Amino acid sequence: MNTSPVPPAAEPDPYPTTTRPYRQSVAERLYLPLVGGLLVTLRHFLRNLFHPGRMLTIEYPEERRNYSHRFRGHHILTTRPDGSVRCVACFLCAQACPAECIHIEAAEHPDVNIEKYPVVYEIDMLRCVFCGYCVDACPEEAIIMSNNYDMAYFNRDQTIVGKADLMKPFTFDEELLGYRPRYPEEEAVRAKMRREAFSLVDAARRARQEQTAEELSAVSATSAATAPPAPPTAAGSPASPSAPPS
Amino acid sequence: MSPTTAGPAASPGGASSGAGGAGAGLADLADLANLYQGVRSKFPAGSITPVPADAGFDQPTWIVERDVLAELARELRDNRETRFDLLMDLAGVDFPDRQERFEAVYHLYSVPRNARLRLKVPVAESDPVLPSLVPVWNAANWAEREVFDMFGLRFTGHPNLSRILCHEAFQGHPLRKDYDAARRWILTEDKIYKPHFDLPGGFQAGQAGGPGQGHEIPESGDDDLFERMTINIGPSHPAMHGTFRLMAVLDGETIIASDVEIGYLHRCFEKMCETHTWQQVIPYTDRLNYCSSFINNVAYCRTVEKLLSIEAPPCAVWARTILSEFSRIMDHCVCNGTTLVDAGGLTNFWYMFQPREEIYGLLEACCGARLTVSYCRIGGLSQELPPDFMARCRRLLEIIPPFVSDVEKLCDHNRIWLDRAVGVAAISGAEAVNWGWTGPCLRASGVPFDVRRAQPYDLYDTVDWDVPVLYGGDIYDRYRIRNLEIRQSLKIIRQLLDRGMPEGPFIVDDPHVALPPKEKAYNEMEAMIYHFKLIMDGIQVPEGELYLPTEGANGELGFYILSDGTAKPYRIKVRPPCFPIMSTFSKLIRGGSVSDAVISLGGLNVVAGELER
Repeated sequence: MNTSPVPPAAEPDPYPTTTRPYRQSVAERLYLPLVGGLLVTLRHFLRNLFHPGRMLTIEYPEERRNYSHRFRGHHILTTRPDGSVRCVACFLCAQACPAECIHIEAAEHPDVNIEKYPVVYEIDMLRCVFCGYCVDACPEEAIIMSNNYDMAYFNRDQTIVGKADLMKPFTFDEELLGYRPRYPEEEAVRAKMRREAFSLVDAARRARQEQTAEELSAVSATSAATAPPAPPTAAGSPASPSAPPS
Repeated sequence: MSPTTAGPAASPGGASSGAGGAGAGLADLADLANLYQGVRSKFPAGSITPVPADAGFDQPTWIVERDVLAELARELRDNRETRFDLLMDLAGVDFPDRQERFEAVYHLYSVPRNARLRLKVPVAESDPVLPSLVPVWNAANWAEREVFDMFGLRFTGHPNLSRILCHEAFQGHPLRKDYDAARRWILTEDKIYKPHFDLPGGFQAGQAGGPGQGHEIPESGDDDLFERMTINIGPSHPAMHGTFRLMAVLDGETIIASDVEIGYLHRCFEKMCETHTWQQVIPYTDRLNYCSSFINNVAYCRTVEKLLSIEAPPCAVWARTILSEFSRIMDHCVCNGTTLVDAGGLTNFWYMFQPREEIYGLLEACCGARLTVSYCRIGGLSQELPPDFMARCRRLLEIIPPFVSDVEKLCDHNRIWLDRAVGVAAISGAEAVNWGWTGPCLRASGVPFDVRRAQPYDLYDTVDWDVPVLYGGDIYDRYRIRNLEIRQSLKIIRQLLDRGMPEGPFIVDDPHVALPPKEKAYNEMEAMIYHFKLIMDGIQVPEGELYLPTEGANGELGFYILSDGTAKPYRIKVRPPCFPIMSTFSKLIRGGSVSDAVISLGGLNVVAGELER
């Protein structure tokens, strides 16, 4: 049953069956490249000595790292203007949680327009994986995350954080906020970038207009002087021959 | 003076056209019916049933009877037409309703032909025995142990068929469908893993087993018993990069045999996937290879997207490619940094960890977490890129190369490092392929296999980059190739940045897959309903199965996914790149000293989260 179309001998062995280790040169045997290495470490030493600000390490409790405003830290339950919890106990966050760390007990809200509110809202911080799925799931913007990452507790009971503690850190201080559906500060940056982009485009357009105007005037000057060769000059200009309206 | 050249490698895909219709990897399914006729005709009719091409499989699939499996495997490996020399993955699947309850799924890959093949072997519960394929592919050794551990299938002829991920005192087989995911066992110390030393003198007969007995002098063996000593390194040992237990038999300072016990970090990722919705699996994938968690996100999301027949929008694909490459750089930095620490070069650790720190800053600005990013979603990304994304990337492109070249200046021609690393734990390309290696470790042995080149995905076929290859196969070349790959990754990123960020959404606009934008969910009834429905019910992935490879930081990261059409995966099998690599560890360190074993482990870049899942 030799149906193999490939002749066995025609193909070279696809892989190396032996290893070809690196061979040291004479300079390497004499440890000469170590001098270059010493210069590298010396450069780093001097740089760290004279520019300690460039070092990446920080002395943590005194100095804190600047995280972005998307940081996924300790959760926050947001509140209504009257200070009551915004959550309507719809259980979407508990359902979306991959770590199953959210425990909610719902009750009827006195206000008929709101229907429900959580009597108990607990997050087990030891189970939580800080993935942000609860924030994605919330239809009320009732749970968001903060920038707070140092969560330390004295015993395990404290790690199950209740409603009161989840509502406490929310102070409308934008420095504190982390992962959430909208980033107003980012919108500001984007708007600024858009303005800059627009002004760049504007500047480019204005420059082009001026250039075309100059060329046109040059063309008209030459065409006034010598009539026949005018069309090729106009067609050869980079911008469109007809000047755009102001 | 210049070291071994790292020339660009020819694409294996372009070079192969020999096998009829199978040269293009996953692509050609039309010829499936008469595929590899030459191989199939050597076996009795009916023992191999190819799945018809229109059955919706991603790659050629054969249903094989177990009687011919061993013969067929050898034939597939040796036949010049097929040359399936890399056993990528072995997955068990449990179908309680079927008559033949279990299925062993072998994923084969042919490096010279760039073709893939899937073999499915159904096995009945009453007689769950398969022939072992260890004589054909060494990679089958640990893979079969894992299937035995998880499903209780037995493999005749396996040299050491024992549990690998679960504890020896564990009862039952956790990935069977009738095994309750919440079940707990009290693990006692009377049943623990018995190391398997393949010594000629029959050394493993009943010693070096019990707690604290690792150092016992063996009862049988040859005359110079007292020269031999068995030592434990790990499980909790700084040199073990995680929690592995290495048991080594020493003759003087030379390791003459060793065995590795893994599983200390096993958390049953695959079982957990089956109890969660498709979207909820993403945070779990972060914890596979936690040095480059974003690549795991991408690999998983790509696979599910393919099963859903959707495509992420261009902006998301662009960002995925860039951030994957940054994650790869990070992973290589960690690997090289820690390897050099093991060899005593602490300075390199500081230099290598600075780019990593900066890249973490980028990832955190994108998604809010440094290590466990969970940035991908099925269908795109979780949120749009930050406004300063381009500026941050550009800054990183300036920061990273000086650190890499500093490390190169310190180490590349440094005799102290060369003497430690050159020729240590060397493996040839042919052997590495047989052991199932992929990734930088394989490319350091001279085999130019890279999934990004062999089966391009995302934007890798639109940018200009090379696959670096070295031929030493030792620790030194594994270290060098990572530095070379960092430069290639930077090259890819630079090209993509120059191309500019594509306009458009960051996630697909499909309310059955992706949550509607929050503005809509707050204000529109329809979007609100979709929002609730998607979270309560999850994504409904159509029935089917798929194996999709992605180039992880240390090799082919494959997700084999089975869906039964519900909101939860039926089965997810991860092909962790370092699992086959780690199975070679005992072989690699034999004949070396203990200190060589330590730097070998660092150079292999074994990440416990991915190895033990």
